[in-house]
Amino acid sequence: MPISEILLAGASERDLTKLEEYHMVGGYAQLARARELEPAAILAELDASNLRGRGGAFFATGKKAGFMPRDSPRPKYLTVNADESEPGTFKDREIMLRVPHRVIEGSLITAHAIEARHVFIYIRGEYLTEFEVLRAALDEAREAELLGGVTLVLHRGAGAYICGEETGLLESLEGKRGQPRAKPPYPAITGLYGAPTLINNVETMATVPKIMELGGEEYAKLGTPDSTGTRVFSLSGNVVRGGNYELPNGTTLRELIYDIGGGVPDGRELKAIIPGGSSVQILTADQVDTPLSYDAMREAGSSVGSGAIIVIDDRACIVQLGLRVAQFYMHESCGKCTPCREGTRWMVQLLNRIEDGDAEEDELDLLLDVCDRILGHCLCPLGDAAAMPIASYVDKFRDEFREHVRAGRCPYGGESSLERVFAPVDQHRGHPTVEVAT
Amino acid sequence: MIDEIRRVAEQYPVARSAILPALRIAQERHGGWLPPEAFEEVGEALDLTPAYCKAVASFYDMFHLEPVGRHLVELCTNVSCALVGAQQVLEAFEEELGVRPGETTEDGAVTLRTIECAGGCGWGTVVVVDHRYREPVRAEDVPGIVQELRDAD
Ligand SMILES: Cc1cc2nc3c(=O)[nH]c(=O)nc-3n(C[C@H](O)[C@H](O)[C@H](O)COP(=O)(O)O)c2cc1C
Repeated sequence: MPISEILLAGASERDLTKLEEYHMVGGYAQLARARELEPAAILAELDASNLRGRGGAFFATGKKAGFMPRDSPRPKYLTVNADESEPGTFKDREIMLRVPHRVIEGSLITAHAIEARHVFIYIRGEYLTEFEVLRAALDEAREAELLGGVTLVLHRGAGAYICGEETGLLESLEGKRGQPRAKPPYPAITGLYGAPTLINNVETMATVPKIMELGGEEYAKLGTPDSTGTRVFSLSGNVVRGGNYELPNGTTLRELIYDIGGGVPDGRELKAIIPGGSSVQILTADQVDTPLSYDAMREAGSSVGSGAIIVIDDRACIVQLGLRVAQFYMHESCGKCTPCREGTRWMVQLLNRIEDGDAEEDELDLLLDVCDRILGHCLCPLGDAAAMPIASYVDKFRDEFREHVRAGRCPYGGESSLERVFAPVDQHRGHPTVEVAT
Repeated sequence: MIDEIRRVAEQYPVARSAILPALRIAQERHGGWLPPEAFEEVGEALDLTPAYCKAVASFYDMFHLEPVGRHLVELCTNVSCALVGAQQVLEAFEEELGVRPGETTEDGAVTLRTIECAGGCGWGTVVVVDHRYREPVRAEDVPGIVQELRDAD
């Protein structure tokens, strides 16, 4: 079932980290071809492919590249987002480790398409081995004179989820704290160093050479009409065979979790699924036949996000899940916008009270109210990314939340798989949290 | 060190962009953390104030503003790892090392801390030992890892 004929094509048979081997599977041939083409012709292929960004926001790649001004008195930049920090997501890592040259080739083709001479790849600081593999590939490409006068700099982050958000990334790359900027102006107009900048995810870039090879229209036949092509899905949690699997968009959760992932281990029951990284709404077990495509997931009330599927079995307490997720966003909130900075703390406090059995029934509504006051009220989507999942846990598992309130304790009685998980925020000293007045 | 930082800065149109690599170099030089002198050195190399350098460093999780042990054990307790037993692995480290997360062993050998998602979710629990990923780690693997660090120390 797993097909890997696009992004990871050839990587099972050959060591594609080596330039020589990558050449054997047609590596850099598309770059050579692209450089013979007018930039507009490449954008036309991207448009025809209907490729949509794999970083999570699903924006049409060709369209976004088309926002870049043709003539600019300032240099233009391409920035590749390799910050991969959305909980549950580990696919860019696989792509960088196994097909680093494809990432470089796709980036160089894209740079040509927008007439940029400068490329930055912003890779999360924790990915040390990935950085080394990418750097070795880049050295080979440079030596083989494949860069064609383009400067390509690998820039390592230093541990901050928010630097995956595109304007936080630009701030960080400019040597500042990674706090997002207000938009507009959009990066295509005012981006890195105030110049036009295109930001794309690693997986998006690694798809580009194959689109050029197949032609946009052929590529668009893969997957579903709204979600063309393949993706590398990251499967994790309570599943027998976690890992990365390249599959066509539109594959159902059931096929991924059961046919490919081997199902839920230890004879446990499936309880819930997070289908697109921790920022998206949760699905219940009865939604397991939902296809992993943009439209289908939206209809199901969630999103494919970064392509990260987290499987949750019946040992997990959903209030504890909410607490751990809220703790993550509280830790990663950059502090710039009040609703996100304060709201994520309120969420953690309320969820702690509910979990401990200290909350009153109306605090469930207070929690939803806090979510509501964050949604749409911040400069960047991190606040929404905290509020949407938590609100969905309350909506879909309200009875379980109520049971905590009514019984005055967690119904799992210390037996939940997420019991007493120690989060990084628990390590913080001198980190006062607001008192919840009820 | 100042020359090394300035060489890195040449890759960027604006020297300030080199602040993360510069802080990383300084942290390595100072035994894994950033003492006040480090901000003066980075500031001098990049023509920034020490206060600015510290403000940037404090934003990022991989920079340490307090001394750390000679070895760093970082354990992911985000959802995917937590679902498959990260807390049990953490407790095994606590027991083996005799410290709580965020603390360093008395002999200064090992700092234990929990981190947010490291991006190894399908192979949890992810433990990062001196910046290299170990996946998956189970509670029963912990004594071996700690022994390995003691031997290397
Ligand atoms: C809080 C937050 C974190 C993000 N983290 C990442 C990330 O780690 N990697 C990524 O590619 N996109 C991330 N994004 C999305 C980026 O802002 C941006 O949409 C993406 O890099 C664009 O590339 P694409 O169009 O190829 O998907 C994040 C967004 C938000 C709001």
